[in-house]
Amino acid sequence: MNSAITPSTVGSALVKRGLADMLRGGVIMDVVNPEHAKIAEDAGAVAVMALERVPSDIRRDGGVARMSDPQMIQEIQACVTIPVMAKARIGHFAEAQILQALDVDYIDESEVLTPADEENHIDKWDFTVPFVCGATNLGEALRRISEGACLIRSKGEAGTGNVVEAVRHLRTINAQMRRLASADPSELFALAKDLQAPVALVQEVAATGKLPVPLFCAGGISTPADASLVLQLGAEAVFVGSGIFKSEDPERMAKAIVEATTHFENASIVAKVSNGLGAAMVGAETATLEQRLAERGW
Amino acid sequence: MRQVGVLALQGDVRAHVTTLENLGAAPRKVRQVSDLAGLDGLIIPGGESTTISHLLITSGLRQPLQGLISSGFPVFGTCAGLIMLATDVIDGRVDQWSFGAVDVSVRRNGYGRQIASFESPIVIDGRGTVPGVFIRAPRIERCGPDVSVIATLDHGDGEHPVLVRQGSAWGCSFHPELTSDVLVHGLFLDALQEALR
Repeated sequence: MNSAITPSTVGSALVKRGLADMLRGGVIMDVVNPEHAKIAEDAGAVAVMALERVPSDIRRDGGVARMSDPQMIQEIQACVTIPVMAKARIGHFAEAQILQALDVDYIDESEVLTPADEENHIDKWDFTVPFVCGATNLGEALRRISEGACLIRSKGEAGTGNVVEAVRHLRTINAQMRRLASADPSELFALAKDLQAPVALVQEVAATGKLPVPLFCAGGISTPADASLVLQLGAEAVFVGSGIFKSEDPERMAKAIVEATTHFENASIVAKVSNGLGAAMVGAETATLEQRLAERGW
Repeated sequence: MRQVGVLALQGDVRAHVTTLENLGAAPRKVRQVSDLAGLDGLIIPGGESTTISHLLITSGLRQPLQGLISSGFPVFGTCAGLIMLATDVIDGRVDQWSFGAVDVSVRRNGYGRQIASFESPIVIDGRGTVPGVFIRAPRIERCGPDVSVIATLDHGDGEHPVLVRQGSAWGCSFHPELTSDVLVHGLFLDALQEALR
């Protein structure tokens, strides 16, 4: 047997993006306490997002939304075996440092919280823990990746139970990637300028036809059919925030969305799990919103 | 060409499919019982073992797969897939179950949480070095007498097996599918070819 006393590397891009690869085809659920976290894990969630209030309550309460209490995050870490994510405010690198010190598995630099910096996002290369960031279009996604994000999610419009914005963002990102893939190499410099994104990343997307990191969907998913829709539109996993614990029967809704995510191409399975689920969360028409969270970040 | 399935309930299915394609095998995604027909072997990918085990039950795949695996059907599990194939799982959920095809004890997240996830080269005797990517990886803490240890790693506290085999069942605690190196998958396919001859 060879003995391999070898140097090992932590926090490499491969290791950080790799955890996102492991979450593919899964459902990441927002939870506000250990009981919710257990329900999520029992239902087959691939990870939980620990936060003090789900987005629909943040929206209702108003005020400044911040990182969660470390104690609450630790209680959730202690009660589940799946990865635990937590949110930091846009640009608030000190909150991110705290979350890294708490050993969370992924940090969401999230527009659901109140931004702490109106110009700069967190320099995510500085961290060993990986980051997920929201995006509404390809340029925004590539800017986040250039700052070190290892996973991109559509922003959608969190806390509304309305999938329309997530669909818009996914379709926009995919259409813009198709445009790059069909462009002549000499056009990519001007396209990079239009997208306000680094040329090297634009060239990479043009060559591969996909983002260099996984693309997940968030913001407004509240039924198994919503999950199937966004996966068919090219999302590789889903974040569900208010959609589970604001529904009539969270346990059943959680299990149903997990199954619909796996079997998104099989409409008869999605139909079966959608049967008699009880009421989904009460939704909101995005045109009537006072605060659009997706406009936070740039 | 051998038809190799990739269990596609959740996890990094795409990376395994790409690796198999690069080796000239014909991968097929397995999501329901009817997808098992005619397969020569199956890969259980990395992902979350709690999620994959839950979906194995809801999809009805658990019993037929258990039958196949118990009768010597070739299987290869990476990371979460190794957990699914082990006989003993430490630090799992109270209702954690597995196929018991490889007589090892694995500790879930045995190398630590994500912040401790690492890359380290792995030496495979006589075959060369492969990149090892360990992500919230399970650690093999005990091997039964019928288990062959193919590669080990010293991560600062003594040698632990990281690639093992018992008969036609293979498991590794790292993710060979996440790099362009195909050596580990090649070993599994060679053994599968040998068994079918």
